[in-house]
Amino acid sequence: MSGLIEAQGLTLRHGTREVLRDVDFSIAPAEIVTVVGPNGSGKSTLLRALIGALKPSRGKVTRQPALRLGYVPQGLRLDGSMPMTVARFLNLPKRVSAADCSKVLDEAGAGDLADRQMSDLSGGQFQRVLLARALLNDPQILILDEPTTGLDQPGQASFYRQIEALRDRMGCAVLMVSHELHVVMSASDRVICLNGHVCCEGHPEVVAQAEEYRALFGTGTQGALALYRHEHTHRHDHAPGETCDAG
Amino acid sequence: MLDDFLVRAVLAAVGAALAAAPLGVFVVWRRMAYFGDATSHAAILGVALALALSVPVFAGTLVVALLVAFGVARLTGRGYAADMVLGVAAHAALATGLVASSLLSGPRLNLEAYLFGDILAVSKMDLAVIWGGGAAVAALIGWRWQALLLSTLSPDLAAASGVKPERERVTLMLALALVVAVALKVVGALLIAALLIIPAAAARPLSRTPEGMLAGAASVGVIAALGGLWAAWSFDTPAGPSIVCVAAVTFGISALGGHLVGGRNG
Repeated sequence: MSGLIEAQGLTLRHGTREVLRDVDFSIAPAEIVTVVGPNGSGKSTLLRALIGALKPSRGKVTRQPALRLGYVPQGLRLDGSMPMTVARFLNLPKRVSAADCSKVLDEAGAGDLADRQMSDLSGGQFQRVLLARALLNDPQILILDEPTTGLDQPGQASFYRQIEALRDRMGCAVLMVSHELHVVMSASDRVICLNGHVCCEGHPEVVAQAEEYRALFGTGTQGALALYRHEHTHRHDHAPGETCDAG
Repeated sequence: MLDDFLVRAVLAAVGAALAAAPLGVFVVWRRMAYFGDATSHAAILGVALALALSVPVFAGTLVVALLVAFGVARLTGRGYAADMVLGVAAHAALATGLVASSLLSGPRLNLEAYLFGDILAVSKMDLAVIWGGGAAVAALIGWRWQALLLSTLSPDLAAASGVKPERERVTLMLALALVVAVALKVVGALLIAALLIIPAAAARPLSRTPEGMLAGAASVGVIAALGGLWAAWSFDTPAGPSIVCVAAVTFGISALGGHLVGGRNG
């Protein structure tokens, strides 16, 4: 197989409700793919099926053998019933060296948090720690599920800048789900518009023009589109060259 | 030395407290308090069945506790509200056990001993069961410790790291059934859950890591076991409830201390 993770005919039910229907998916090394879609469109379900947390009702998911993946789940909060320092958290489920710990914390912009309790962290600090943990085993692919939920605007912007910088340096693939369409689209090789099934997919500009996409995101698209176009050109000027052709 | 009933009682109480600690922390972390209740109440039914079928009580309680644990897990996995299923299971198991034991012919079953424990009547065989079962629990949880911690924090993170959260849940249910069978003689079916929860809860405000909390829970458990036995001996009170009372007092002190120091739970 050529993709890091592939899915064929992926169908998933929660109870009787079909959340995903016949989804085909593949992500290539160093590719950046963004999944967009309205609430309840199965975005998180898709990601959780891809990492193996959910069993498909039909179809199959194939991960490259011994694939190193880093995952940042959506809206995880720890309630404090378990005492857990950031440093200890990074040592789950495999022990890692203290040097590796501080390295990934620095990379994620959480360098001074090692001794803090997880339950004492702010939303932004918590997301950075999750990102640090995802970076631990030098991942070939980062999977991020709405990683900036609960962050304010500057927090979101700086979190995405961090991710872009990391990807540029580590050359890993990135698969993320996001609501902040204009932000992530500018940095994506490919956008998948999901609503239970794949409505449309392709280069961000193509998707943004697609009728299916406009139908899903309604009139608000106009503003987002303008913003996206602006950011796209902006990003294009600095892009070091395409790492991957989404075809 | 083991011929002295008091020595046997001390060893039994300490053994049960140590067996309960590694599971107790997970019961607190995963909010399984009611689950522990349902499973331990089922022990009475296990005792009745064991006596009816003339198999060892330990085996009877172990099997019935396992069946109830897996039955409840299966039902909640199918979308029934966990709180409701546990409410049904905890009381149904207890009631069924009481009815079944009344149907047993003859005066063979001293119900009170199994409801509240009968630590002063612990035999050498019971001691072997308690320490053997305790060692099995410690080995099981020690083996799966890292994976259990991660599955407890987030099943999705666990899955992404190649850990199977469902398998870790089975590990805990096995351990729970073992602890129920082990602690039955010491504190009785009604108070087993207390032996799980209270020492772990008392250790929480004083710990910074999961391992610290485990050590704290074990220490509080041993203190409660020794203090409770001493109280039972001095004031002629029932041993099992006395152990739980001492644990509860320790919890009060620790909660107060944690609050004064700065309240990590806030």
